[in-house]
Order: sequence, then structure tokens, then C-alpha cells
Amino acid sequence: MIFCVCPSLGMRTDDPWHDALASGWGDDDARPAAPPRSDRVEKRGEPVDAHAAVYLTVQRSAAFQQVRRRHRRFVLPVSAAFLVWYLAYVVTATVAPGLMSRPVAGVLNVAMVAGLAQFASTFLLTWAYVRHARLRRDQLALELRWETQDMARLQAAAQIPAQTAGSAQAPAQSAPVRGGAARRADPRAAPRSESRAARRTDSRANAPAPRTAWETMP
Amino acid sequence: MSGNHQTLTLVLFSAVILVTLAITSWASRRRHGSPEEFYAGGRLFSPMENGFAIAGDYMSAASFLGISGVIALYGYDGMLYSVGFLVAWLVVLFLVAELVRNCGRFTLADVVAARMRERPVRIASGISSVTVSVMYLVAQMVGAGSLVALLLGGASGSARSWTVIGVGALMIVYVSCGGMRATTWIQIVKAVLLLGGALTLTVLVLVRFGGDLGSLLSTAAERSGHGRDFLAPGLRYGGEWTHRLDFISLGLALVLGTAGLPHILSRFYTVPTARAARRSVVWSIGLIGVFYLMTIVLGFGAAALLGGGAVRESDPAGNTAVPLLSLELGGGAGSTGGPVLFAVVAAVAFATILAVVAGITLASSASVAHDLYASLSRRGTRGEVGVARVAAVGVGIAAIGLGLLAQQLNVAFLVGLAFAVAAAANLPVLLYALFWRRFTTRGAVWAVYGGLVPAIVLVLLSPVVSGGPGALFPQVDFAVFPLENPGLIAIPLGFLAGWLGTVTSREPADEAKHAETEVRSLTGAGAV
Repeated sequence: MIFCVCPSLGMRTDDPWHDALASGWGDDDARPAAPPRSDRVEKRGEPVDAHAAVYLTVQRSAAFQQVRRRHRRFVLPVSAAFLVWYLAYVVTATVAPGLMSRPVAGVLNVAMVAGLAQFASTFLLTWAYVRHARLRRDQLALELRWETQDMARLQAAAQIPAQTAGSAQAPAQSAPVRGGAARRADPRAAPRSESRAARRTDSRANAPAPRTAWETMP
Repeated sequence: MSGNHQTLTLVLFSAVILVTLAITSWASRRRHGSPEEFYAGGRLFSPMENGFAIAGDYMSAASFLGISGVIALYGYDGMLYSVGFLVAWLVVLFLVAELVRNCGRFTLADVVAARMRERPVRIASGISSVTVSVMYLVAQMVGAGSLVALLLGGASGSARSWTVIGVGALMIVYVSCGGMRATTWIQIVKAVLLLGGALTLTVLVLVRFGGDLGSLLSTAAERSGHGRDFLAPGLRYGGEWTHRLDFISLGLALVLGTAGLPHILSRFYTVPTARAARRSVVWSIGLIGVFYLMTIVLGFGAAALLGGGAVRESDPAGNTAVPLLSLELGGGAGSTGGPVLFAVVAAVAFATILAVVAGITLASSASVAHDLYASLSRRGTRGEVGVARVAAVGVGIAAIGLGLLAQQLNVAFLVGLAFAVAAAANLPVLLYALFWRRFTTRGAVWAVYGGLVPAIVLVLLSPVVSGGPGALFPQVDFAVFPLENPGLIAIPLGFLAGWLGTVTSREPADEAKHAETEVRSLTGAGAV
């Protein structure tokens, strides 16, 4: 059974983005274990100010606005364009079959050329989108991801009640060091990505995987 | 069709069943019983694996046999389906895949409910997801029944019924025992088999014509009995204006419905990151695009090599065009190669049906357990996976029952209907939640019901249900809506209802939760 190859981590360590992006599993071992996400659980349904403030701050930051602008400026006009192109094709085919049956070259008529052009434009736009996302969005979005998660971690640590403050201090201070500058400098750095992959495996092996604060949201 | 080739077909069918059951038992041995494992297969599939699985989920027997058959009978009009099914993936890639991966966990409702009051939104999305899934499931089951009956030669009623029951029982076993991991590997195996089968036949067709596509097309036009008209639109969807509007409605539903299909959305959760989700969609666009190009060659090849008359004689809907083509390509009914190729193609089609129904059953059981049960029950999310396994059995039994009742309905119509409901009820709420700052809870609930209810009411009032000789209830006539597909009306209504609900809403949108959804969807911060 050739397909029974276990989808193990080994197949994917050659993808530096894979483990770099998939944080949130291993990262949370930096959070204090004692009172896990109690604030979110108890106040379920109510806005938690500190938590909300993190996301509002990120949303208003210039870097995030840039990511959002780049995403929307590509996605919205191009979606409108291909939907119009597709609907024009369908409507012409049903309303004006005479126009579509005009010969172009040999057995090829307008309809055949238009149909094949739909295939071609789909492949072309897929390529363009992936290229745009890779070159214009991925790096910025990744940096924002680490920043946001660091901020959320700091907030969570700051909200620990006084009696556990001693144990909470250490991770709260270590978090930005671990996650901050070094990580942002080069998200593709090989050594770190290996260690992250290892940590990730560990956290998955322990049955209830540590969760991010968001875990309790939906 | 000789007894020998029926034996071979049955042996290959049994092999498909054995392999899929082996995958299921392998996958269920390593289960941990966590929701992550059951709904998302552990989230560690690679983009390529997931791309094949998405292609496997999407390329149903309706595509392989149905579209080629429609092309073999009506020529160009069948190509319109292929184009719609493919272009739909751009909507998924651009607007849905990465954002949904970043802010959801298991279902569509996760994405929407995150910034709304959870209960009403989750119940609404859960209901619409289950409705869409069950419709699609019934379509596939009915297709399975008639397909197997045709392929095995015995078109009797009891053979169909037992096929529906057998397929239903198998899919219940796959899903409730193997969860997403088994389902995904079954999809991957099926996608490889299907693409391999289609590629083999395409190459054989091209070899017959010496690689000359021009002569393939002109021979097809000649032998179809329609001449040049065969290569232009209008043979099937020409004529009356209601037919033409119906096709535009179907085209709209096809292109917008894919992004609202629950079993497609749940596939993005099986990869670790949004970037992996993007790459899996790219894989699937490549695979699906190539596959639909091959179905076009196969359809015209069937028309050219068999002639329109022979195809229509075997099955008036054209569903047997590809199996007949394989018999011809292998050397004809009397040869050794012909029946072997025929049996292989039949087994591939059977594997296709099994895989697709498993994917849909899993998605609907996730909606029942994760959205409906978790919202309605006081126990919350505890024991959710157990509920999901039971829900898979329940959904399966319901689909078997409906599949037996709906045996006389046209399969293509049922698929088009499922897409129309997905586009009307699921897509507006999803796009609004991801892109509209002011979207509120009331808007979300209205968007779902505002698409779902009109879609279903319009179908009940359409000529499919009453008033015609081919209708479900031919003796009565309350068909006031002239179109068979409700997409043209219901999809705009879904968007309109979402907008109306939002602007009439007394509570404003929650700014902080919108910020969270937006930041998470675009950056992946805190994604599970």
C-alpha cells in the first residue's frame, strides 16, 4: 500500500515556512501553566479589554494596513474582472450562439477559443495571485503574526493574579526575547526552524496540545 | 457485455472496497479521539497531499461520466460545465481559502461566529451546511445507484437500491471509524486513480487521431449527427428563453457555489498554515484544470469514435459514454483489451463515488456535532467527537433514505441545486464576515436564511417538483417559478438579506472582534 506512508513531519522540514508559520502550538509553552486562559473562559462572550486591545492596536498599525491594502487591491479588482469575464462568456454562449459559432481557424470557432481562454486565464490568474502573495504579502504578514502573538502573550502574562506573579514573571519577560528580534530578523533561519519543528512535535505528543488564547473564542 | 467482463468488474470493485477499508482501519488505529484528529486529520497534511484530496473531493462521478457524456451528446454545451467548475476555484483561492484557514477551526460557522453572537449564527450556518451537504450527498448516492446498475448491466430497481444502501454503509464506516485522516487518504488514492484513468483514455484517443485535435473535432462533429452546430453552444441550452436563463442561473451557481461547499472548506483545515492552504488550492487547480481538459477530449472522442447514436442508445443521459469509449479504445467488445479497460474505468468511477460521499458525510457530521450540537446542548463541546461519529451514522442513514426516494430525479439537477444553495446561503455570510467591517449578527443570520429559504422555496415551486411529465409530482401543478435552478434569484437575495439585516441592526458591529478577525485572517496570528 504505497499510500499508507505516514504523513510525518520528516517530509516537510524542507519547507522553511511550514513550521515557521505554524506557531501557536509550540509557542505557548512560554505561557504560565498554572491559571490557563482563565480570563477568557470565565468571561466568555464578553470582550476582554486587554486581549481586544492587542488586535485593535495591530489593526491600526501601518504595517497591517499595508498588508490589508495589498491583499484587497489585488484580490477585489481581479475577482471582479474574472467574474465579469466568466459571466460574459456564459451569457454570450446562451444568448448569442450565432456569434459564438463563427469560425476562427480550421475547426476552431469563437466558442472554442473563448472556452480555452477561460482555462488559460484561470491558470494565469492563479500564478499571478501566488506570485503577488509571495512577493508582496507573505513576509509582512509573517512578521505581523509574530508581533501579534508576542503582544497577546505579554497581555496574558500581565493579567495573572498577584499570587502567581512570581512564576508568571519569567515567561512574560522571556517571551519577547525568544519570539521577538531574532525571529523577525530572518524567519527562514534553518536552525531555529528545526528547533521549532522539534518543539512542535513535542507539544503534539502531549495529548491536550497547548492552545493560543484564541482557542476559546469560537 | 459478456459475463467475463462483469466478473472482472466485480473483482475490481471488491478491490476498491478492500483498499478503502484497509486505509480506514489503518487510520483508525492511530486515532486519539480529539476533534483535531477527527475533523482535521491532525492538520499535518502537505499541500500536495491536500491538493490531491481537494481534487478528489471535487471531481465527482458526475464530472467524469456526466460531463463527458453531455459533450458526447450535445458537444460544446457540455464544455460550459467544465469551465464553470474550474473558474469557481479562483473564487476559492482569492477570497476564501487562506482567510478561512487562518480564522476557523473545523467548520464554516467558526469563521462567521467568531465576530458575532455565537449561538444564532452557529445554528444558522450549521443548518445551511447540513442542508447543502445532504443535497449533494443524495445527488451522489442516486448517481451511484444508476451508475453501478448501468456498469454491471442489470438496470433493475433492486440492484440500484442495494447499491445505494451499500455505498451508504461504506461511507458511514469510513467516516465514523476513520475520520478525516481516512477520508483524506481515500480521496488521494481516488484522485490518483481517476487522473490515471482519464490520462490513459485521453492518450489513447489522441493516438487514434495521430495527435491531430482538428481532425478529432471535425470527426466528432461529423459523426454526432449535428454537423458544425456540435462545436458551438445552443444544442442543449438553446431554444426557449427559460432554458437559456436556466443555464445562466446554473453557471452563476457553479462559479459561486464551490466556495460555499462545506466539504471543500473543511479541507483547508487539514494543512498547518494558510500558505499551505494556498499551495494546496494551487495543486488542486492544476489537477482539476487538467482533468476537465481531458474530459473535453474524452467527450469529443466518444462522439467521434462511437457516434452520437450509439451513446444515446446505451443511456439517454450520456452517462455511459466514457465506459463505452474505453471498450472501443481497448479493441472492442470481442477483444481482450476492451473489457479489461472497461472494467478498470468502471472501478475508477466506483472509487470516485465512494470517496466523494465520504468527504461530504464527514463535513456534515462536523456541522451537526461542532455547530448544532455544541450550540444547542448544555454540555458544550465535551464528547463532541463521539457525537460526530454518531452524526455520521445519522446523516448516512438519512442520505440512504432520501437516495432511495429520489432515485428518479436527475442527478445533474441535484448537483446544480446543491451548488445553488451553497452559493446563496453560505457564500454571502462568509464574504461579509471576512470583508465587511459593519456586518452584524442579525446580518449574518439574515444572510444565511435569506439565501437558504428562497433557494428551497423556489425549487419547490419549480417545474422540477410539479407540473410536468418529468416532475416529482406530475399530477399536480404549482410550478409558478419557471426555472429549474434557483441560483439567479436566490444568490442575490442572500447578499441582499445580509446587507438589509446589517443596516437595520440595532446593535452595531463589535469593533474589537472585527479587528481580531481581520488581523487573524490576514496574518495568521493565533491560528490553530
